[in-house]
Amino acid sequence: MTAITQTADPQALRRSRTLGFFFVLVGLAIYALFVRSSASAKVAVFGMNPGRDSEALKIPDVVLPVLPSLYVMTALSVLLGFFQLARGFGRGEGLALGLVALFLVLSFLTWAGRDKGLNLIGILETTVQRATPIALAALSGVLCERSGIVNIGIEGMMLTGACCAALVGSVSKSLWVGLIVSVLLSGLLGALLAVLSIRFKVNQIISGTAINILATGGTSFVSSKFLQVYQNLNNPGKFPNLPLPLLSKIPIIGPVFFESNIIVYMMFLLLIAIHTMLYYTPWGLRTRAVGEHPRAADTLGIDVFRLRYINVILGGMVAGLGGVFLVLGSVPRFDELMTAGKGFIGLAALIFGKWNPFGAFGASLIFGFTDTFQAKMQILDVPIPSQFMRMAPYLITMIVLAGVVGRAEPPAAEGQPYEKQ
Amino acid sequence: MSEEKPRDTQAPAVIEGEAPSAALPRAVRAAHRQTLLVPLLAIITALILSGILIVVTDLEVINAFTRIPRRVADPFTDPASEISLEEALWRHPPEVIVGDVVVVEGKELLVVKVVEDATKQISLADARRQYPKLGPGVTIHLNFFQKPMIGLRAAWKSVSVAYSALFEGSIGNPAKIATAIRAWAAGDSSLLPEAFYPFTESLVTATPYILVGLAVALSFRAGLFNIGAEGQYFIGGLLSVYVGYSLKGLPVYIHLPLTILAGIVGGGLWGAIPGFLKATTGAHEVINTIMMNYVAFALSDWLLNGPMKRPGFRPISPDIQPSAMLPSLFPSPIRFHAGFFVALACAAVVYWLLFKTTIGFELRTVGANPRGARYAGISLTRNFVLAMFLSGGLAGLAAANEIMGLIHYMPNAFSAGYGFDSIALALLGRSHPVGVVLAALLFGVLRAGATRMQSAAQIPLDIISILQAMIIIFIAAPEIIRAIYRFRAGREGGEMLLTRGWKA
Repeated sequence: MTAITQTADPQALRRSRTLGFFFVLVGLAIYALFVRSSASAKVAVFGMNPGRDSEALKIPDVVLPVLPSLYVMTALSVLLGFFQLARGFGRGEGLALGLVALFLVLSFLTWAGRDKGLNLIGILETTVQRATPIALAALSGVLCERSGIVNIGIEGMMLTGACCAALVGSVSKSLWVGLIVSVLLSGLLGALLAVLSIRFKVNQIISGTAINILATGGTSFVSSKFLQVYQNLNNPGKFPNLPLPLLSKIPIIGPVFFESNIIVYMMFLLLIAIHTMLYYTPWGLRTRAVGEHPRAADTLGIDVFRLRYINVILGGMVAGLGGVFLVLGSVPRFDELMTAGKGFIGLAALIFGKWNPFGAFGASLIFGFTDTFQAKMQILDVPIPSQFMRMAPYLITMIVLAGVVGRAEPPAAEGQPYEKQ
Repeated sequence: MSEEKPRDTQAPAVIEGEAPSAALPRAVRAAHRQTLLVPLLAIITALILSGILIVVTDLEVINAFTRIPRRVADPFTDPASEISLEEALWRHPPEVIVGDVVVVEGKELLVVKVVEDATKQISLADARRQYPKLGPGVTIHLNFFQKPMIGLRAAWKSVSVAYSALFEGSIGNPAKIATAIRAWAAGDSSLLPEAFYPFTESLVTATPYILVGLAVALSFRAGLFNIGAEGQYFIGGLLSVYVGYSLKGLPVYIHLPLTILAGIVGGGLWGAIPGFLKATTGAHEVINTIMMNYVAFALSDWLLNGPMKRPGFRPISPDIQPSAMLPSLFPSPIRFHAGFFVALACAAVVYWLLFKTTIGFELRTVGANPRGARYAGISLTRNFVLAMFLSGGLAGLAAANEIMGLIHYMPNAFSAGYGFDSIALALLGRSHPVGVVLAALLFGVLRAGATRMQSAAQIPLDIISILQAMIIIFIAAPEIIRAIYRFRAGREGGEMLLTRGWKA
């Protein structure tokens, strides 16, 4: 089936060929960038235990011989590329791309950690931390966009959540009050987006942009008027790490996933809940129907407007939780524009993940990893200016959107206001 | 409750605001009524709402509404800060709370929970023992309902100080202008620069707004949504400043146009990338332009800290050559420069291009109906790329203009948020060059005034963003305005399609 469509569709053929060249290119890049500059290096040590006190069982560190492993990874990438060019992986394209990306990253790590240690668990831990707000933004996008509303305003909702969490958390001296109020406030912004897009049929990108500008201005206003002047209004404290019993003892997985704070666990719960609800409950079926063909859904008696309102408000709340994480889950203070595009990256993760909760989560992990990576590189004094590392997540987003990974099909009715007949 | 009340103080402003808008429709043709009325009312409504925001976030107002301090005095002399013992006893139950100032043996002591400094403070329990009954010297607090005028007056003062600072900072002090003109008529022109300085400053601020507004308006016309004006502005600025400082010994008539061109090309290429990606892969330009913004910031950060850094500590580029500078038209304090006319000329060119040429016709056709355009043989790829190149080029030109006319180097924090402002400008100006120029003048006035507002009334500059967001919402959803001011929709002026969903 896939073979037939591939030969029939010149665009798909071209893409698969591009992908093949890309694999070969990655292989050559590994050789050119890393192999040649690490001739004298012997081994790279990957730390497999977290650098802090942890309940996880200790396991031995992994020691890789630098040159042989780099050669193996170069060869494998080139091989995969040739196979892709000659035969094509068909449905396994995504997997092959994942493997090649993994080789690239592994060889980079091997190279960066040559002759010195590199704590792999530390990197993975930070990856999960940094992926959490992006994943929450992406989940917010899943909720909104699956019901047919484009939500560009996620960034603004996150900012609002973050600012409110800092302010309310400090004033009430309760993290939970801060969390709940922020989530509700972001839900309110979601409601604004919903009213504008559904009731007033405003172009959804415009209304989302308006929300972004409103949130940017509003949070900066509050910040420079109150938070910067009265420092005790910007000191809410943060949620402690809660190691889960037993689970946190598992090596590797334990410290990475099960020694986090409550918001990270909430993100996982939301991920599972949204996936389950989207695919296994009447609500999910209706949401998807409304997103694909609202008229047909309406004919079958589904209240399109009500469902969209609910979803967009829920989406706003989830995005707000992402903002709350930035304050109450990591640095316990609000800074102007602290989201730094995480809402938009979340949208890209959503598209990358093809509008599926787990796909979006996977994409968020990749973005979280690049983010961690660039921070790590600065510490390892890799001779690349930090500004270029900072570009990486954004460039990857663009590459992803350009369809290197395969064309993603958005919900059919997305972006169009629904008019009842 | 206290949030509700400021509306009353705003009531006169509403009436004042409605007067011109009620008079205008008679002057313009009936068919155009809504095109002018809705933006005007949107601006007024946004100003009123911002006024409310200014009031409710003013700590003095909040205090005036919740706790109005009055010292109990006997004999009672000053009604502004004192209250007679009789009235205090009647209004207030005899009590002292933390934060009050009480007088013990002739010394003023602050009532606190935990005494740290016994010479200035007294514990609550001690204070209550000293003042079992309300006596002279105790400060009591009245709330809003006992003294409504105080709160309202504070609210009025807050908003009037803010908005008069806005006016004086953008148009000028009317008294000063009148004196200056009188002196000028009498042959003394020395007062003119100071009097008109605020207004020229507004024009200076409006100059980049005109260009970035045109940039987004042009992309809107082609059915594209360019959120990346900010990044294009940065790249245009970088390239233009590079040409400006690195080429030496060129005559003005070569160097000046070359520097302008560099800005256009820099911004244009940066804008063309998302256009190209959209045309070839269908990747939505909204996300891509935003991503390009962040890339541009990082790139500029690197260049200004590395290759393009001038000697010294600050991450800024060297000054451009004098041959690349746009002439300044007035003596020193006034910063008004020829760039304003460059911007106006661009508006004229964009008008001509969009409405009088084949290129413009194709762009607008692609924007109105891409499928129809393709059916008619118009290349989508070419037009997407062209529209984004022109749009980015205008943003880059805005940057070149700023550098060549005003600052003469490239600082790290170069943009004042033009990326998002430009969207508001294009929407407010209905994506029409004339409308954009008018909107830009308004925004120039607002921002120049807001700078004064920040220094005079401690209102953060960000109030402008809030104002813009509200204007966007009201313009995009005119039904809200119609519902508030109770008038019906006029002839449907063909709602413009601005951008689509994720699909190409």
